[in-house]
Amino acid sequence: MVESGQASPPQLLPTPTVPAPDFEGWTCPLPLRDSPQIVMGHGGGGAMTAELIEHLFLPALANERPDRLGDSAVLDLGGARIAFSTDSFVVRPLFFPGGSIGDLAVNGTVNDLAMSGAQPAYLSAGFILEEGTDVAVVAAVADRVGAAAREAGVEVVTGDTKVVDAGHGDGVYVNTAGIGLVPAGVHIGPHRAEVGDAVIVSGDIGVHGVAIMSVREGLEFGTEIRSDCAPLAGLVAAMLAVTPDLHALRDPTRGGLGTALNEIASASGVGVELDEGRIPVPEMVRNACSLLGLDPLYVANEGKLVAFVPPDQAEAVLAAMREHPYGADAAVIGTCVPEHPGMVVARTGFGATRVVDVPIGEQLPRIC
Amino acid sequence: MCLAVPGRVTSIWEQDDTPMGQVDFGGVTKEVCLAYVPDLQVGEYTIVHVGFALQRLDEESALETLELFRQMGELDAEFGDHWGRAATESGMPRPAGTDDTAAGETVGRETTR
Amino acid sequence: MKYLEEFSDPELARRLLDDIHRTATQPWAMMEVCGGQTHSIIRHGLDQLLPDGIELIHGPGCPVCVTPLEMIDKALEIASRPDVIFCSFGDMLRVPGSDRDLFRVKSAGGDVRVVYSPMDALAIARANPDKQVVFFGIGFETTAPPNAMTVHEAKRLGIENFSLLVSHVRVPPAIEAIMTAPVCRVQAFLAAGHVCTVMGTGEYPELTERYQVPIVVTGFEPLDILEGIRRAVHQLEEGRHELENAYARVVSDDGNPTARRMLDDVFDVVDRSWRGIGMIPQSGWRLSEKYREYDAEHRFAVTGIDTHESTVCRSGEVLQGLLKPHECEAFGTACTPRNPLGATMVSSEGACAAYYLYRRLSTPPQQRTPAEEVSSVG
Repeated sequence: MVESGQASPPQLLPTPTVPAPDFEGWTCPLPLRDSPQIVMGHGGGGAMTAELIEHLFLPALANERPDRLGDSAVLDLGGARIAFSTDSFVVRPLFFPGGSIGDLAVNGTVNDLAMSGAQPAYLSAGFILEEGTDVAVVAAVADRVGAAAREAGVEVVTGDTKVVDAGHGDGVYVNTAGIGLVPAGVHIGPHRAEVGDAVIVSGDIGVHGVAIMSVREGLEFGTEIRSDCAPLAGLVAAMLAVTPDLHALRDPTRGGLGTALNEIASASGVGVELDEGRIPVPEMVRNACSLLGLDPLYVANEGKLVAFVPPDQAEAVLAAMREHPYGADAAVIGTCVPEHPGMVVARTGFGATRVVDVPIGEQLPRIC
Repeated sequence: MCLAVPGRVTSIWEQDDTPMGQVDFGGVTKEVCLAYVPDLQVGEYTIVHVGFALQRLDEESALETLELFRQMGELDAEFGDHWGRAATESGMPRPAGTDDTAAGETVGRETTR
Repeated sequence: MKYLEEFSDPELARRLLDDIHRTATQPWAMMEVCGGQTHSIIRHGLDQLLPDGIELIHGPGCPVCVTPLEMIDKALEIASRPDVIFCSFGDMLRVPGSDRDLFRVKSAGGDVRVVYSPMDALAIARANPDKQVVFFGIGFETTAPPNAMTVHEAKRLGIENFSLLVSHVRVPPAIEAIMTAPVCRVQAFLAAGHVCTVMGTGEYPELTERYQVPIVVTGFEPLDILEGIRRAVHQLEEGRHELENAYARVVSDDGNPTARRMLDDVFDVVDRSWRGIGMIPQSGWRLSEKYREYDAEHRFAVTGIDTHESTVCRSGEVLQGLLKPHECEAFGTACTPRNPLGATMVSSEGACAAYYLYRRLSTPPQQRTPAEEVSSVG
C-alpha cells in the first residue's frame, strides 16, 4: 500500500534483449559475417544494402511476399489494387543544384508508386528535425514538399514531426509513404522481364549524383549540372497507354542504372546485354566522373526510369516516351538474353565485353 | 600512377603566396594548385592529379600522336576485312569480338556523346 | 574532355591493333606496371583484342594494394582516436587491416573523411584547430609531390594540428625486384606514364641495359595502352631493348624538376615492405628530419601493432605477375570485393577486383558460386 504523499518510483520495463543475429545460420548469397555494426556501405544501395534487407529485415518482417520486392508493393484491398510505398531521405546538403530534400521526398515516393504502374494519389510526410536547425530552413523544405506535390498531382494528407537532439540528425530527415491505384491488366514487377525484352532508359544518366557531389565537402567542383529530380507518373501513364503489358520498371536511384539492371536481371532470371555506346551519358557527367574516378553506371538518378518492354511494343513505347517532357532522350540500350542469367554484360566500344556488376557499397572517389 | 586528367587553365591567382588556378575539364571546373607548373598560362592545358597540376600538356604533341595513329594502315582502310587479313598475315586467330558482321559496326561505332 | 576522349577512338584502336597483329610472330609477355593501366585494360577489354600470344602480366603498381599491413593497422589505430579527424583518399577506405577497415572505424564513431586532395585535409585542419587532422599519404611518385607540398605548406603556415601518415613507394625498385625474382616471365615493361610526368625517364635506360628488356613509357587511355604494347612488340620482334616514350604529350625526359626538388626536401628514400611481396630496398619514402614533427607515426607513437595477414590470400603472387586472379582457389568464393582477403580484391584497380568486376564471364563456371546472383531488393 502506498502511503499518501509518497509516490512510488515508476517501474521501468526491462529492456528486451535482442539476441545477436546468428550469422552461422544464414545461407546464400553472402552472410553479413564481416560487419557486426552498420557501416555506410549498408546505405549505398548496392550489395551490402541488399544483404541487410534480405538477411535481417525480411526474416523479421516475415510475410508472404518476400520474393517480390519491387519499388512498391501492390496489394489487394477490398477489391481495389493499391500500390503502397515508403522512402526515407537523408541527403546532405539539404539544398543542391536543381533540387532539395523536399523535392526528393515527394518524387522519390511518387516514382516508386509509378514503377508499379500506379497513379500516385496520396502521400504522408514525416519530418525528423535536428535541434538547432534554422526554422527558415525547415520552412524552405516544407515549401518545396508542397510545390513538388502539386507538380506531381498528389496530396500530402497526413504527417508527423519529431525533434532529436543536436548532433543526431543532419538538419532534416524526411520519410514519405504513398498510395495509388494500379489500373486493371497492369502487372509490372522486377520478376517479369523475359528473354527478348527491350531495355529502354528514359534519358541521361548520372545527373543527380554528380549534382550532389559537386557541392559535397571535400569534393566541390564547378558544373552546370542540376539534379534531374522529377515525378515520372505521367511518363509511365503515357507508356501504359501504348500497352498495359510493360514487364518491369525501375527508377535507378542509389546504386545507379547498373544496380537497377542487376536487380531486375536477378529477379527475373534473365541475362541483360547492353550496348555501351547507346547508354546516354551527358558529357559533363562523363567528365565529372573521369575527374573523380567514378563510373556513371553507378551514379544516382532521381528523374529517370529503366523499362523492360516486350520487343514488339518497344518502338511504340519509345516513341510515346520521346513525346513526353521527361522522356525526350529515351533510348534502347540493350536486350534480355538467355545467356548468363542474372548477370548484366556490356559490349564496349572496342567490341570486347565487360560484366556490369552490383557495386559493393558507396561509390567513392579514387586516385588510382 | 594513377588518375590524372587533362584540363584547360581558365584563371590564375595567388593564395597564401601559392599560385592557384581554375581548371576546366570539359565543363567541370575545379580549383587546382599550380605550384609545380608555376609558368602555366591561362588557356594552356595541364594534367591534374588530386588537385595539383603536375605537368603542362603539350597540345602539339597530342595532335601529332593522333595524326600518327590516323596514318597507320591508311592504305589498308580501303581493303575491307582488316581483322581477317591481320589474322591471316600474322598466323594468329581472329581476335574476339571481330567476326565479320560485327567488325563494321561495333568497333567503328561512335562511343562518345 | 579534350585530349582524353580522342584517345578512346575505336577506329584508331583498330589500326593500332592491326599493326600489333601484323607484327607479332611469336608469343611475348609484358607487364603493365600501373594499376590504373590494369583497370583501363580490363574495363575496355583491350586484352581480349590482342593476338592470343601476347600476354599482359599485371604489375604491382597499385599503391592501395601494396601499402604494408602494418601501416594500415597504424592508420586504423590513429583514426580510432577521439581527438583525430582522419582524412584519406577514397581508395583506402575498404582496404582490410588485420581485423577491420576504415569504414568500420567510422561506424564505431571515428571521424573518417574522404577527400579529393591532401590540401582539403589541410583546410580541414585549419577549420578544426582543436582536433588533430591526419592525412593518409599513400601513392607512387605521382601522388608524392601533392602530399609533399601539403606538408610543406603546413610547416610554412604553422598549421600544427596537421600531420601526414606516409606510405609512399617508388616504381623503379619494384621493376628491379620483379626482374631479379627467381621466376620472371616479363619480357618488356609498359612504364607508368603519370609517374614519369614527375620523375622523367632518367631511371629507365639503365634498367633496359641491365635486364635487357624494352621499357615503353605508356599512358592510360585505350589508344595510349595499345600504342605502348605496339611499340613493345616491335622492339621484342626486332631484338631491341630500349627506352621509348609513348606518352610524349605529358612526359619529357626531365619530368618535373620543381616537383622533384620538393620531394628531395620533404622525403628521404628508405627501404619499404610491400604488402604481398616483401621488403624492396630503397623503394619507399618517409618524411625527412626537417619535417619529422609532421610525421603522424612520430606524433602518435603507435605501438603494439600485431598484424595478421590472411593465410589463404595469394595477392603477392598476383602482384608479381606469377598468378592470374582467377587461378587463385579463393577467387570468387572466399574472396570477393565484398569480403576481400587481400588488398588486390579491394582496390578498384587491383588485378583481382578488376577480374572479378569485369571478367567473371570468362572464368570457368565451377569457380563461380550462386553468390553472383544477388537477390532483388526494394
